[in-house]
Amino acid sequence: MGNIILEAKNISKSFHDPLTVQVLSDINFTIAKGEFVSVIGKSGCGKSTLLYILSTMDTDFEGELLIDNVSMKDKKEAELAKVRNEKIGFVFQFHYLLNEFSVLRNVMLPGLKLGKYAEKETKDRAMDKLKILGIESEASKSPNQLSGGQKQRVAIARALINDPLLIMGDEPTGNLDKKNSDIVFDIFKELAEKYQQSLLIVTHDNEFAARTHRIIEMEDGRIIKM
Amino acid sequence: MNIKLIANVAQSLLTARWKQTLVAAIGVTFSITMFVSLLSFMAGLNELLDGLMMNRTAHIRLYNEIQASKLQPIDDALQFQDHHNFIRSIKPKNERLDIYNNGAIMQSLKKDPRVLGVAPTIVAQVFYNVGVVNLTGIINGIDVEAESKLFLFSDYVIEGNYSSLKNIPNSIILGKGAATTMLAEIGDIIQVTSPKGLRVQLKVVGFFQSGIRELDKVQSYASIATTQKILGESNNYITDLQVKLKNIALAPAMAKEYARLYGTEALDIKTANAQFETGSNVRSIISYAVGVTLLIVAGFGIYNILNMMIYEKMDSIAILKATGFSGNDVNAIFIGIALSIGVFGGGLGLLLGFVATTGIHQIPFTTTSLPTIKTYPVSYNPFFYLIGGVFSLITTYLAGYFPSRKASRVDPVAIIRGK
Repeated sequence: MGNIILEAKNISKSFHDPLTVQVLSDINFTIAKGEFVSVIGKSGCGKSTLLYILSTMDTDFEGELLIDNVSMKDKKEAELAKVRNEKIGFVFQFHYLLNEFSVLRNVMLPGLKLGKYAEKETKDRAMDKLKILGIESEASKSPNQLSGGQKQRVAIARALINDPLLIMGDEPTGNLDKKNSDIVFDIFKELAEKYQQSLLIVTHDNEFAARTHRIIEMEDGRIIKM
Repeated sequence: MNIKLIANVAQSLLTARWKQTLVAAIGVTFSITMFVSLLSFMAGLNELLDGLMMNRTAHIRLYNEIQASKLQPIDDALQFQDHHNFIRSIKPKNERLDIYNNGAIMQSLKKDPRVLGVAPTIVAQVFYNVGVVNLTGIINGIDVEAESKLFLFSDYVIEGNYSSLKNIPNSIILGKGAATTMLAEIGDIIQVTSPKGLRVQLKVVGFFQSGIRELDKVQSYASIATTQKILGESNNYITDLQVKLKNIALAPAMAKEYARLYGTEALDIKTANAQFETGSNVRSIISYAVGVTLLIVAGFGIYNILNMMIYEKMDSIAILKATGFSGNDVNAIFIGIALSIGVFGGGLGLLLGFVATTGIHQIPFTTTSLPTIKTYPVSYNPFFYLIGGVFSLITTYLAGYFPSRKASRVDPVAIIRGK
């Protein structure tokens, strides 16, 4: 595999309060560019915990994490924030849009933070992303005027704004009905196939997982199948 | 760090909860308004009270007084040179009270670049003759122009024209209290008796009120020439030289210098009125203390509101951090919110403080002891506005500091997974 964008080496994590419980042990895997990977497993098997470690937001673990062949170990909080900003896009179960800003502005925020393009250009790029997701007509609305499915699509547009190496999703369809789930899945599929976007989606929806390129199955903090 | 973006996010968070923001800003505005108007009013009163004293008092007064002889005969005896001598036989002698060679001294004082001006005066003890009664009094012989320029004499002449003193020979401006007792009116002729028994008739051209009742009962003013005539002295007789300096702080040192140089007594204003400054300082400290307390209370208000805002905005903070905003960025956003409350609230407070000060300045305030004061005194010292402005920024910064630090340490995983 030529283009490895994310590599997990011997990642383990334990909670110590009130008792020491090992939640992840010895996780090893890689994700290549353009792969559409899903992580499945029962509730409490550690799949979300793993995702947050891979996302650099959770730094309390043992082992090594390489993103774009750079180790995330010993990086400062501000540097990790920069990595998240530039290389990772997030889609959560809940949309987490800021009601103080318009839909367009919400999508633009991580782009403005990156500061790679001028504000005008960032705006155009944000409109393009909204177009890909078919919600460009809602751009000037406030997030709380949108439906659940639309909000999740805005969140995906936000994740795409900086052309990240990898999009991570924590049960992105968990709050959606069947119809909207399908729309979101189709978007992911399209992103993977048409735009070669790498995706790592945690889900407990086996039907969803079955349609991805690769399934990583977890149980009790270990990978049992990949 | 992208300042424009940070400012934009801070502004959006602020305006989204504009009512809360307004309450916080009003707190700051109120306290700054009170701070500025309180200090301005207090300082105005202080300046008035100081002025009451300082305007009418020379910074250095050169005079002669009758003193015990410094050199006793025993000090000249050779065998007791190195002894402590306590035999004193020479009593004070009748020294001349006028300043010797005063014309030359005045010339040299006027050439001194540290001196603002010199006003010569004569103090004469007299009796005002009212029918069969003689009232004791003091006539100050003054150089009308110098006295007006340096010691605001004209402010205290409540009736008549002070310049008549110079223009009409044998004229007098009577103390208000003395005039009331003597039933004298402007244009009347009164008679005074000098210590040497000379009787002089003087025309009343005005009334004088210093604000100190006991003083107004005895004190009157005449020109130097008239006073010399009353005393029967020659036209170079001057008893006091009142010196006003450009910098009052130099007074004690310069008084010593002049005493040595001109061989007269020299009294400086600091020595003469030491207790005065203490009173002014204590009043200032009290007003600053009250003002600062107001600001601190406003600071707690901002602290509470920011804390609440942060609890409300936990989700937003979490997602900002998840999408690449660092702890410092989040910190800057909330400090920005606190400081803009400080800037807007404080700025408005300074403005309203100025308005309130102007308002106080319009309230009528009349007292017989202060003839020139018609409304409450205030000070428009820009220093108070500077202090108020700086303090509003410091308080709001401190009030924002801890909530902002808390926000910057929000763990996005804990928030996002907690849903």
